[in-house]
Amino acid sequence: MTVASPNDFQESLQPQGWLRYFSFSLDHKVIGLQYLVTGFLFYFIGGALAGVIRAELTSPISDFVSRETYNEVLTLHGTVMIFLWIVPVVNGAFGNYLIPFYVGARDMAFPRLNAVAFWMIPPAGILLIGSYFITGAAQSGWTAYPPLSITTPALGQVVWIVSVLLLGGSSIFGGINFIATVLKLRRPGLKLMQLPMYCWAMLGTSILVVLSTPVLAGTLLLLSFDIVAHTGFFNPALGGNVVVYQHLFWFYSHPAVYIMVLPAFGLVSEILPIHARKPLFGYTTMVYSILAIVVLGLVVWAHHMFTSGTPPWMRLFFTIATSFIAVPTGIKFFNWLATLWGGKLALNSAMLFSCAFIVNFVFGGITGVALAQVPFDIHVHDTYFVVGHFHYIVYGGTVFVIFASVYHWYPKFTGRMLNEDLGRLHFLLTFIGFNLCFAPQHWLGLNGMPRRVAEYDPSFTTLNQISSVGALLMAVSSLPFLYNVIVSAFRGQVAGDNPWNALTPEWLTSSPPPVENWIGEAPLVQHPYGYGVDEDTLSVQAATGRDLWSGAGRR
Amino acid sequence: MPIPSSLVTLLVGMALVLSGLWVGYNVNLLPLDASANAPVYDSLFRVLFSIGTILFLGIVGLVVFSLIRFRRRSGDLTDGQAIEGNLLLELVWTAIPAIVVLFVGIYSYDIYERMGGMSSLNDHSAMHRMPALETMEASVTTADPAPEGMAPVKAPRVWGGIGTTAGEANVLPVEVTAMQFAFIFHYPEGDITSGELHVPNGRQVELRMKANDVIHAFWVPQFRLKQDVIPGQPTVLTFTPTKPGSYPIICAELCGPYHGGMRSTVVVHEPDAYDAWLQKNSPVAATVASAAGTPTA
Repeated sequence: MTVASPNDFQESLQPQGWLRYFSFSLDHKVIGLQYLVTGFLFYFIGGALAGVIRAELTSPISDFVSRETYNEVLTLHGTVMIFLWIVPVVNGAFGNYLIPFYVGARDMAFPRLNAVAFWMIPPAGILLIGSYFITGAAQSGWTAYPPLSITTPALGQVVWIVSVLLLGGSSIFGGINFIATVLKLRRPGLKLMQLPMYCWAMLGTSILVVLSTPVLAGTLLLLSFDIVAHTGFFNPALGGNVVVYQHLFWFYSHPAVYIMVLPAFGLVSEILPIHARKPLFGYTTMVYSILAIVVLGLVVWAHHMFTSGTPPWMRLFFTIATSFIAVPTGIKFFNWLATLWGGKLALNSAMLFSCAFIVNFVFGGITGVALAQVPFDIHVHDTYFVVGHFHYIVYGGTVFVIFASVYHWYPKFTGRMLNEDLGRLHFLLTFIGFNLCFAPQHWLGLNGMPRRVAEYDPSFTTLNQISSVGALLMAVSSLPFLYNVIVSAFRGQVAGDNPWNALTPEWLTSSPPPVENWIGEAPLVQHPYGYGVDEDTLSVQAATGRDLWSGAGRR
Repeated sequence: MPIPSSLVTLLVGMALVLSGLWVGYNVNLLPLDASANAPVYDSLFRVLFSIGTILFLGIVGLVVFSLIRFRRRSGDLTDGQAIEGNLLLELVWTAIPAIVVLFVGIYSYDIYERMGGMSSLNDHSAMHRMPALETMEASVTTADPAPEGMAPVKAPRVWGGIGTTAGEANVLPVEVTAMQFAFIFHYPEGDITSGELHVPNGRQVELRMKANDVIHAFWVPQFRLKQDVIPGQPTVLTFTPTKPGSYPIICAELCGPYHGGMRSTVVVHEPDAYDAWLQKNSPVAATVASAAGTPTA
């Protein structure tokens, strides 16, 4: 098979140097960084939207923005954070950057499709944000439940649908590319069970993307027909059924949670062994637990609908299926703890963010198992308890991992180290701010505060203000981070090729890596986590691909 | 003399379980329990809270201990031990969570059964309620000009919420209409329409709920009950209040700009006071239910 490589285009109009980051580049590393930086831009937009929400909620009456604006803001916040920040960054950014290294390839399987997938994101994002200023944004939440989404202003809702369809398409293209790359572009001699864990996470995630995202696309198309052409798929006044929409929506949107956290699990599995100087504990069970999460993740969607009048047997089935996801997830967490146990833990920013991820995610996981129980869920469904729960999963889980990954891979991206003191300050502020913001929300939900409200019972004022202070702290915490990543790109300490003394293949090349990843042959890394092994006599800095290939340095 | 590590593990484990149980049974995070199923719910909450506390403290303890005990000392650039896995350990931490979630699942099923959630309202035993619901369909005219699509259906499907009235004789039926942005309560006994829900203490209440425009959700935190009210799906929710007082009714499903303001109150009276309220508010000229006309807010 032939692989289009960026070299084919060197004589063409493809720009070189920094301009290539603004071009239709086919280099997976350029595309990965395009995803990363674009994702961070949308993260700050989504964060500003969260700031509006938290500012509104400092007082129990609706006084900061109008009620319509508030609903637009919460819709945009959810959509931006999910579809323009977390999904593109944990999948698109790190996936594109790392997967070709991990499989020993020079690029992704379909470089042009890859570039197309990225370049669908900026127009979709601009469309979504622009809708607020031009037509008025959608007001029905990121779930867009009909009949509300049919009755709120149509133009904003249609723009929202088009934008999400574009982003879903981008996600599907990416998923196809990852599956093909992991399964078909592995370096000869590299077996599936020798791949770094992130490859398995991306394989599982991509299967979920390819299976479930088309369902969302179809559902949103039907919804747009209901809005534009006044069909009656989901309109009860015309004989439609709104609960069908919820089933179809959550058939995508629950797996979407795993699309957001499985790659994070993979990234943590790469970061922890390197900074703990120990092999990843229980590689095989980690692989099977990812596959189990993929299978179970497809059959739990109705736990979002326990109060929607679903039949009792369905509630029972989805309770049991959801609870059992805790088992493979638990296996992964125990394996990470065992990876830490007895290691030589470097307490740097990457390690701190990874360990905080474990703490936050376990908390979110415990509330998640509780929410899976129908009787428990009936009280707290659609309350701030759920808001607290899913922010512990997607922020405390995935976003903490994104920060850990930035601290871990920044030396590879730029060739320079980040400042560790600023990194630890960033960690401390984020961790305190995050917990201050979201922990009180569990109590609020249990005691009677529903989600998506601009006004609430005055007795909840104090806790909401504490939560808003936490949000402010999180906003402040991004300042040392921004300063760090911008200044270190120019003035940071030179990193060298392998500052962490790591064994995974992306570190066995220069920093930043050349086009096509390795000057010579791609190394064959059969033990990506072989730390602490006696045979480790050959310095990884000095080793060439040939040495590793012939097994000169390692067992 | 060093203490054997197995003994330390055992003691730490016991302390963990005891503290988890203590927290679960002594830290109260829930509002007042004011319905018959609220104490049942609370017992499930305590079990989940205890298990969660044990797990969370244990895992956080392990992370913090590892970060301190196994931190890299300065100058030490060597690797840790090359332990790649341990089958027995893997089996243990697969089996224990599996047993715990199985136990929790069965227990919560039992709780749900006791709350009446497993009773199917679509079988023949529920058919006796149909006429009442059909009159409700007919009596409530929608503000929406579009006709109700479900109109010609002979036996409208009733969607089960929590609770069952099977075998109960003295049930108080109340028709609930949810609309942007209010709940309207209509009492077939006495033909009263109210913006607040008034119920007698200790008597089972059957809410026959329907939505006019978009999805709403009926939530009373003190009753631990929530049920979506979905257009096109008449839904029944039953509960028995156990403590007199006033509690908020909250719409829990995003229903438009004034969603946060869509609140009402449920007043649980002593039975005598309820009868007095009923007397006071009954229209003097009692009309047949079919001629009740549009509810007034």
